[in-house]
Amino acid sequence: MTKRPSVAVFKFASCDGCQLTLLDCEDELLALGEKLDIPYFLEATDRREPGPYDVALVEGSITTPHDARRILEVRQQTKFLVTIGACATAGGIQALRNWADHADVLNAVYASPQYIASLATSTAIADHVPVDFELRGCPIDKRQLLEVVRALIAGRRPKTPSHSVCLDCKRRGTVCVVVARGVPCLGPVTQSGCGAICPAYDRGCYGCFGPSVQPNLISLTTQFQRQGTARPDLVRGLRLFNAYAPEFRRECDRLDPATEEPR
Amino acid sequence: MNFSAPPPLNPWTTHSVEVVDVVPEILGVATYQLRFTDPLVRAAYSCVPGQFNMLYLPGVGEAAVSVSGHDVAGDAWLHTVRTAGGVTQTLAGLGIGGNLALRGPFGTSWPVERFPGSDIVFVAGGIGLAPLRPAVEWALDHGDRLGRITLLYGARSPGTVLFASQFDAWRDRGLCIDVTVDRSDPGWLGRVGVVTLLVDRLRPLAPENTILLTCGPEVMMRYVARAALDRGLSAEQIWVSLERNMQCAVGFCGHCQLGPAFICKDGPVFPYDRMAPYLNTEDL
Amino acid sequence: MTSGSPGLDQPLFLPRERLGALISELQSRGYIVVGPVIRQAAIVYDELYTVDDLPRGWTDLQEAGTYRLERRADEQYFGYVVGPHSWKQFLFPPVATVATAVATEAGWNVTAADGRDAPQFAFFGMRACELAAVAVQDRVFIQKDYADPIYKARRDKAFFVAVNCTQAAPTCFCASMNTGPRCTVGFDLALTEIDDGFVVEIGGERGRNVIVALGLAAATNDALRDAEAARRRAADGQTRSMPTEGLRDLLVGNPNHPRWTEVAERCLSCTNCTQVCPTCFCSSVREVTDLDVRQVERRREWDSCFNFDFSYMNGGVVRNSVRSRYRQWLTHKLATWHDQFGESGCVGCGRCITWCPVEIDLTAEVAAIRGDVS
Repeated sequence: MTKRPSVAVFKFASCDGCQLTLLDCEDELLALGEKLDIPYFLEATDRREPGPYDVALVEGSITTPHDARRILEVRQQTKFLVTIGACATAGGIQALRNWADHADVLNAVYASPQYIASLATSTAIADHVPVDFELRGCPIDKRQLLEVVRALIAGRRPKTPSHSVCLDCKRRGTVCVVVARGVPCLGPVTQSGCGAICPAYDRGCYGCFGPSVQPNLISLTTQFQRQGTARPDLVRGLRLFNAYAPEFRRECDRLDPATEEPR
Repeated sequence: MNFSAPPPLNPWTTHSVEVVDVVPEILGVATYQLRFTDPLVRAAYSCVPGQFNMLYLPGVGEAAVSVSGHDVAGDAWLHTVRTAGGVTQTLAGLGIGGNLALRGPFGTSWPVERFPGSDIVFVAGGIGLAPLRPAVEWALDHGDRLGRITLLYGARSPGTVLFASQFDAWRDRGLCIDVTVDRSDPGWLGRVGVVTLLVDRLRPLAPENTILLTCGPEVMMRYVARAALDRGLSAEQIWVSLERNMQCAVGFCGHCQLGPAFICKDGPVFPYDRMAPYLNTEDL
Repeated sequence: MTSGSPGLDQPLFLPRERLGALISELQSRGYIVVGPVIRQAAIVYDELYTVDDLPRGWTDLQEAGTYRLERRADEQYFGYVVGPHSWKQFLFPPVATVATAVATEAGWNVTAADGRDAPQFAFFGMRACELAAVAVQDRVFIQKDYADPIYKARRDKAFFVAVNCTQAAPTCFCASMNTGPRCTVGFDLALTEIDDGFVVEIGGERGRNVIVALGLAAATNDALRDAEAARRRAADGQTRSMPTEGLRDLLVGNPNHPRWTEVAERCLSCTNCTQVCPTCFCSSVREVTDLDVRQVERRREWDSCFNFDFSYMNGGVVRNSVRSRYRQWLTHKLATWHDQFGESGCVGCGRCITWCPVEIDLTAEVAAIRGDVS
């Protein structure tokens, strides 16, 4: 029996939802425990063993000077670093602060902001250290997470699809909400992962899995404007969980020249 | 009497094969000798030079690999593979006695038997010699029916000459071999430069009575074909073996299309005149 | 022929209130009857349990990038054209298992799909363009040397009830592709809807066996005349067209036309056109395994030439731009399909026009390329 790969799970600025996806692997959880050595996963266990680790699953974005240092340590101890979720891969919903004045945000949120040491921006892990694999989504998809785990056990590189949400809608027979209802939907520019949930319930895609490969944002938002969606609504639609992903960021800034230059 | 055609085959049917030997060739490249587990399949299977098999590693995927030879004594089919993606990595990790599945053979063949009396020029680049080797062997076996048989071979460096240990035996059997490398090492006494130069230099050459079969990087084959045309061969006398993303191997999945061709079933071996326009269009 | 026992290949008359009897007859013969139903604000194809599942009294309004349902003034059962689904999903399922592998002591035990468990479908309401599309996919999946076992088993069992269109959408152009609107071949039964019922044509032995059970009378001359007039409306109503003269050479000969760059600025490369297309056949096979990799399913899923990694090879992507992917799709569909299968891959159904979120219209793209060149 070969040595079990060691997998450590780290949290940065995040809601813990992606880590929960790991615990949501109910049918596979026992097998996972057998296949993997999990020396560090505070959400699940008190065990806190030092590195080095074969794999780190990193949730959350970098929002404090302390975390900016901590991610360097994680990287140093890790052979294969996987970011999980929209916070870790794109800065998350908290990256909305990147368009606001940091001091204003601090004063609005905290009664005693003088005790808070935070950065002016929320940024992706890849902005700080090299990342070996990104698992997208808000939250991540259990099936994709299991693919990562299977790949780790087999010692190969994980493989997740890069196509748009549209293909998933079509495979499951969902009628296109853009064409049949005139509902704005980010599906055509969003990467597959969730299984195309929202359009199956007659709603447009919110872009939880971030931009697809070579997305044509300008064409899509131009079309939505022609169909009657106002520019501010499009900006709000793009400024969600993956707002700071480069392609979404560029497009919402293009649509909203009034905003300050993002930091 | 009703002579009906045999029913079409199920392309997804695989046969179990065993790795009976692994021969390291050059860095990152090995030849896997694969033997069918079932004696009936062993007896029934045959393929012609230029065809390929789909090697299937369950849980990992498939890879299209040209047959690079047949070990008659051991009843094993040779597959020369560069370790690159998941399938080839897993194959490399199997070792002797390992088990995998295979479906095939698929695709078209080198037309060596169609030109009795002709001179044959094989032009190979790098690992592209592997799909040509069965055709070279066939030509040498049938030398009495053919004219002059030549292999022009280009490798990156002296250390990456594929099947180098076989060259002397081939020469003894009448093969004219000319080898060039892109970058020489100290101690390399042979030619340096691209393989196209060997086509330019080829003497003697009777263009009207020669066929040229080439396999290697696509850009190399384009230049080789151009050099051959310059030497007076016509496009119909040149054959190329093309590569694309082959998945189903029978034209069902669409991945390997290049212009009008499914590389998997209309190729991989094509008359150059048929594919030339499509090889010279970017991103096709 | 005496009246009351019509000649078998003479058109019959099916009164409107007996349409359900035809569905029941098919069901009683073991068919899963699938046909048009309303789901998610569109007419799609799904299982029909009774005649009341049909979208009676509804019609579709289509334009590039737009589809809307609307009540009709009458109670026609088939007063619409084609929607986002096609019969492709039943013959070439979006997700299918082509093989399974199980690890044993003696090595891998791989079993290929054989189609033995294929469901027996009756397609209820196929249009002429859709019959043509099935014929196109037949040539893809049932070839001389190899046949896809999943497709072939479903295809062999399927019963086709065609319906002649009696109206055209602005996106329809089957007339110019010579695939419709009249259903001429490939059906077991073909209906034409008129005021009080349907004129039924019989396509062959299998259709005859089913319809005989309903004990129908021959269609009257009036009924035949009404049916002909209804069908003519579908032909006369077509406003779009695809001039096919010289089309293959036009596209193959213009891989560097500036229009490819222009359309790439609009195209989302989202795959919608290829997925709604009733002839597009691209797929990929994925390994689906348990954690141990002891049980493996080879899962085939619809794929698309618009996907970035579809042409992935040796660490690179051949068609690494939307321009090259749109060009591949259109050129294959309208041009190189002729080289491969001796016909066009387009049947003129117009789905790719309606269901493109940004209104790209292949007839307009072809016209642009043709206009600039000739």
